[in-house]
Amino acid sequence: MTQSPLRKIAPALLIISFFVLWEMACLVFGISHLVLPRPTQIVSTFFEYAPAIWPHAQQTLYTTMVGFSAGVVIGLTLGVLIGSSKLAYETAYPLLVGISSIPKVAVVPIFVLWFGAGTVPAILTAAIICIFPIVVNVATGIATVEPELEDVMRSLKATKLEILWNIGLPRSMPYFFASLKVAVTLSFVGSVIAETVASNRGVGNMMLIASSSFNVPLVFAGLMVLATMGIGFYTVFSLIERRVAGWAMRKAV
Amino acid sequence: MKENGTEKFMVFEGVGVTYGGGADGTEALKPTDLTLSKGDFLALVGPSGCGKSTILKLVSEVLAPTTGNIFFAGRELGATPFRVGMAFQSASLLPWMTVRDNVMLPLKIVKPFKTEFRAKRKGEYRDRVDALLEKVGLIDFADSNPWELSGGMMQRTNLCRALIHEPDLLLLDEPFGALDQFTREELWQTLQDLWIERRPTVILVTHDLREAAYLASRICVMSPRPGRIVDDSAVEFPRPRHIDLVFEPDFVTLVQRLRGKIVHTPNTRKLDAA
Repeated sequence: MTQSPLRKIAPALLIISFFVLWEMACLVFGISHLVLPRPTQIVSTFFEYAPAIWPHAQQTLYTTMVGFSAGVVIGLTLGVLIGSSKLAYETAYPLLVGISSIPKVAVVPIFVLWFGAGTVPAILTAAIICIFPIVVNVATGIATVEPELEDVMRSLKATKLEILWNIGLPRSMPYFFASLKVAVTLSFVGSVIAETVASNRGVGNMMLIASSSFNVPLVFAGLMVLATMGIGFYTVFSLIERRVAGWAMRKAV
Repeated sequence: MKENGTEKFMVFEGVGVTYGGGADGTEALKPTDLTLSKGDFLALVGPSGCGKSTILKLVSEVLAPTTGNIFFAGRELGATPFRVGMAFQSASLLPWMTVRDNVMLPLKIVKPFKTEFRAKRKGEYRDRVDALLEKVGLIDFADSNPWELSGGMMQRTNLCRALIHEPDLLLLDEPFGALDQFTREELWQTLQDLWIERRPTVILVTHDLREAAYLASRICVMSPRPGRIVDDSAVEFPRPRHIDLVFEPDFVTLVQRLRGKIVHTPNTRKLDAA
């Protein structure tokens, strides 16, 4: 792929101009930092509070990663099971859709009731919020395997497990990674929601406390931390995707 | 049991297939007797929906006969394990694997190769795949992705994949149906070369009478559904056959005679599930 230099830096240009416009709008219209702080204020607040933000960021990162990993394992397993059998696909789908329709913020109090406030509800919320997209994508990937590919395997007398391992799973990898990129950002949403509702640690909790003391720049600094972590993980999974499932893009890996 | 290449390899005794079961099922294959010798190159020709592909499904054990029995090496089908290689009209290569890995796939699945797959994939098996790719002129594309190949190259790869595990029986279901005439004739050569060298027993299903007459040592013509074998004749042209053969009077006569045996009944075409 040949890309012009402009195309490569275009995303960065857009982000920079977004912040420049924001900064200028705040200055021109004289918007108070209690309503909408300027990006420069947010950044300076971030550095000022960095030592205080760091443990919260670590906590959020920890709960998100544990929850996300659990979600991936469960989602992948369920997706394979559901995708491998038409019966399971049709039977389990309505239940899954039902569960996924529940606003995740509504289940946090239940987790708190069961496990107490703190780390566990955040992990669980991060996990359940990301399971559904993974299940749906993996199941779709496996259920839509071309019959000819299976015929080839069957003529070699391959077992069901061998077909799944050699055809179904690799075939669903592009779907899986597409869902991972969505799921990891959703996981941050889940853990932050749980921290906001019921925790004394984490970026969500920090933002809640900051807003109650009208430290709006710190709230935005929290958002910035979350956005940065989200972009970071999205990038990581994009890179893994390109290595593992690059064939789907019809590009040389 | 190994001698001059004429021992009984596979025997059909009154094998019939009815889809759907019961009295109102669709009879796809009338009770058929057929004996296949080791090293045969059998072509099955006939109108659409005549049960050609049904026969392939029977011998590859994907489908069980409704009536009759199939014997392999003197015992019922399934009692003696045998290896099948299969190639269809669509090359169906796995897009996430290189050409080499696609060809190697059967060695990963089929006994006895799979037990040593981990140990030999980078050594003996790889050399074996490369030797086969070399023979069909694809060695330079061993590390390419399937979608970078032309249609003819894909079918070559497909043929290699069907042959790499040295199958006792090679089943070809219109493998060259989607190719243009020139590419098809090139692949006839490739297939003939491979057959002469390895002598697998082949069943080739095709609509193309010239293809059947050029490649096969024996041609069975089937009637429209419900299928039965209406003509069974040997093809005596010496091998290796050259493509100029198709213009010779004997060849043309054979093709015309085959054409005469095939009766088209258009109203059964929609049943062509095969």
